[in-house]
Amino acid sequence: MFDFTTVSTWFHSLLTGVMPEWLAIGIECLIVLLFIIILYATLAIILIYAERKICAFFQCRIGPNRVGKWGVLQVFADVLKMLTKEIIKMRQSDRLLHDMAPYFVLVASFLTFSCIPWNKGLEILDFNVGAFFFISVSGIGVIGILLAGWASHSKYPMIGAMRSGAQLISYELSIGMTMLVVILLNGSMQLSEIVQQQADYGWNIVRGHVPAVLAFLIYLVAGNAECNRGPFDLPEAESELTAGYHTEYSGMHFGFFYLAEYLNLFICGAMAATIFLGGWAPFYIQGADGFNSVMAAIPGFVWFFAKAFFVVFLLMWIRWTFPRLRIDQLLTLEWKYLMPLSMINIVLMALVVCFGLTIN
Amino acid sequence: MNFTLLVTVVLTGILFVAIVVVLAQLLAPRSYNPMKEEPYECGIPARGPQWGHYHLGYYLFAILFLMFDVETMFLFPWAVVAKSLGPQGLVAVLFFLFILVLGLAYAWRKGALKWH
Repeated sequence: MFDFTTVSTWFHSLLTGVMPEWLAIGIECLIVLLFIIILYATLAIILIYAERKICAFFQCRIGPNRVGKWGVLQVFADVLKMLTKEIIKMRQSDRLLHDMAPYFVLVASFLTFSCIPWNKGLEILDFNVGAFFFISVSGIGVIGILLAGWASHSKYPMIGAMRSGAQLISYELSIGMTMLVVILLNGSMQLSEIVQQQADYGWNIVRGHVPAVLAFLIYLVAGNAECNRGPFDLPEAESELTAGYHTEYSGMHFGFFYLAEYLNLFICGAMAATIFLGGWAPFYIQGADGFNSVMAAIPGFVWFFAKAFFVVFLLMWIRWTFPRLRIDQLLTLEWKYLMPLSMINIVLMALVVCFGLTIN
Repeated sequence: MNFTLLVTVVLTGILFVAIVVVLAQLLAPRSYNPMKEEPYECGIPARGPQWGHYHLGYYLFAILFLMFDVETMFLFPWAVVAKSLGPQGLVAVLFFLFILVLGLAYAWRKGALKWH
């Protein structure tokens, strides 16, 4: 498998050869900045277009087909439209907090986005407490949403934000516990290390068998809820609350929430791919050497994106299939079903790990 | 290097939002209309306090979350070394989990998990 660190160390030595260290690091940080923004924007365009087409497919419609061939330019047209719309300032709103909310949402999204290992050696933030860092920074998004709802000084955003807060913090517990299961299995919190182990010993979902599959299913449900999507979209239940916590946001201000929502969907899918489906690790069958060498020839990031988009497709499928839950059903599902199940799952995985029952 | 990158990523987020907001304000037309500044209601002036009361249930769940989130946080260090600690560590953590479950059972029994 191609290791990307050779490229980055070569580039670093190239830069330090002609300029002082601090300047080289500055330029590298600038490249990282551009890399994040370009990847983020590209993924957002792909995801929004895919969502609209897939949603149309599930509802027996055609979907966008006027702007460009098959409507591929629809998203660009939408971005232009949003950019040229006035950002309305409300008279009674808490102006400062109202303007601050998109920053929190986007910074949380960028931080979780840069934890993802794209390829071997290609990860931006690779802490030794990576999984823990991921959970903690994803919590910043809740602050943004609560601020948006509170600062709008309007009834619907307030209800939407309250619902969203309750939902996000509740399902964060399940996300944390499923992460715990994976950490138990791999014995490391570093995301690159977790993927490396999966490349060496087999994907977590196979290696951890029963508890890992259970954790994957819990992660899918909780992840869907964390993205405020699918059957869990009551914070922005459009038939009751118009647009939930971002009702009072117009133009590009609304665009930020929209952007973060889609990217959070991708991050959720990417994290599922990283911790359960092997990240950039290719698909191997024990013994079939010819097949394995063909699989190893495919670059790691192709594997990673294939897996991430597979999970994203699953989440979209869930969204357009199930009806919306009520708030009491939502909280019951988390606290009375998923939480106890995750706790049992942790014990199960601990037993599997302590007595060496993993499939290698 | 990691913390330099962390700062870079945070700055990226802040810069991205700031630049796009400035761009939008340069491009977008502006018009004044007193109705535009009113909070959203379905076509009529909004009545009553906007920062009104909300359901007590949200508060209860937030308290419960705080408790369980902090307690699961303690499990992370154990999870990393679970394999080397072996069955002995497992028994110790089982006791910890038992107390955690007791808390959940207590909240459940008291009706804190029920939406009134």
